[in-house]
Amino acid sequence: MRRFLLPAALVLAAILPAASVAPAAAQQAAITLASTTSVDNSGLLGAILPQFTKESSVSVHVLALGTGQALDVARRGDADLVLVHDPEAEEKFIAEGHGVNRHQIAWNDFIVVGPEADPAHVKGGHDAAAAFTAIAKSAAPFVSRGDRSGTNALELRLWRAAGIDPKSGAGSWYRDIGGGMGQALNAAAAMPAYTLSDRGTWLSFKNKGPLLVTIEGDPHLINRYDVIELDPKKHAGARLDAAHRLAAWLVSPEGQAAIGAFRVDGEALFQPSAASPR
Amino acid sequence: MLSAAFASPDLWPIICLSLSVSLSATTMAALIGLPLGAALAIWRFPGSRVVVIGANALLGLPPAVVGLALYVLLSHSGPLGALGLLFTPAAMVLAQAVLALPIITALTHRAAEDLWAAYGDALMDLGANRWRAVPALIAMGRLSMLTAVMAGFGRTISEVGAILVVGGNIAGYTRTMTTAIVLETSRGDLPLALGLGLVLIGLTVMVSAAAFAFAGRPTW
Repeated sequence: MRRFLLPAALVLAAILPAASVAPAAAQQAAITLASTTSVDNSGLLGAILPQFTKESSVSVHVLALGTGQALDVARRGDADLVLVHDPEAEEKFIAEGHGVNRHQIAWNDFIVVGPEADPAHVKGGHDAAAAFTAIAKSAAPFVSRGDRSGTNALELRLWRAAGIDPKSGAGSWYRDIGGGMGQALNAAAAMPAYTLSDRGTWLSFKNKGPLLVTIEGDPHLINRYDVIELDPKKHAGARLDAAHRLAAWLVSPEGQAAIGAFRVDGEALFQPSAASPR
Repeated sequence: MLSAAFASPDLWPIICLSLSVSLSATTMAALIGLPLGAALAIWRFPGSRVVVIGANALLGLPPAVVGLALYVLLSHSGPLGALGLLFTPAAMVLAQAVLALPIITALTHRAAEDLWAAYGDALMDLGANRWRAVPALIAMGRLSMLTAVMAGFGRTISEVGAILVVGGNIAGYTRTMTTAIVLETSRGDLPLALGLGLVLIGLTVMVSAAAFAFAGRPTW
């Protein structure tokens, strides 16, 4: 009798979990939003999307990726809508015929965070390119995302503006970690090092260690979040109607109010800007 | 740490998904790997050594590569895109089954080979044919087989590289214990990430203990 116990248990184990996974897979049709870690990990989407789902009965599956990766996922047809923050990559995406109807939904800003000890003496500045020059000159450790995210793209633009090739510091002060914003902040806190961060992730990040904001208020550090719908000519298979409802909701007064009402520790992380794009 | 984990309202759905995905994947892999491993011990055919060597080599199959390969297959622009499996729990089951299969096959073959060498003649003398010898070997070596299955389960429940790619770590849908740990680490909430890690370890211990209690002691 006992010899049958193991096979019987295996068959049972096969049926039970499969039965529990199946309904999850067959649940109501949901759209997939390819977005960035900064709007998801900060808690914004988790806070506002339930309201949209309640009003529209469309549920939203959020993929939190870097902007480059999010656009790639949409290019392959694996997402129904994108919400990203890299104007240059977005324009390329649209020019390739993948995207239509780009709308800015919110903005906040990027900041340069760095160690309390401030080895590059940049604290309190308002000029990111000048700070980058000082960091490179003093060879103070700098963490780069290196993941083609929107933040990484801006960082590389700032190095270009400063006239510095950061790769010359690879192996010493320039540390390309190839990871998300949270990973970069964890690494910067541990080294400690400077890094470029979006304010949303920074404010909701819980392992700041010796890091503090060193540079803010540079007009180059504005961070715009755009929603882009997919072009039906290239992405006929996507759930574009439901995706359009979400895009329209995000720029609607209700959606904008929800974005503006989102707070972490009493601080507004995103400024709604659909009515007057920055 | 643990209190942070238990205070998280999403903890139970995440635990349930982790267990159901990994148990489904392990079961799929076991249903193929146990008979395959035993059969490889009983039959010698051209290429059987290659399969055994292959299974052993794939013990170190990198999860990120399995995830990427499945992603390319399951993507809407890929050959299996019409199935619509990408970013679903089913895709995660598939990825983890691929990872567990070589482990269960190789370890089963190892145990079955010794049993076949020791008892194969006796089994055949008793009138069993080779087809009947497959379940007989599995039953005789069931504790070793269970170790093989549990090694496969250990691979699946602890794995994050493949399910992150094919599951997408979607909150409330494809977020598991391991992907939640990665997420909380990236949010800098290290106490919560560690707490989730401890819960995960506790779960695997419980599943393993339950499996061995159920299988009982060897009878030979």
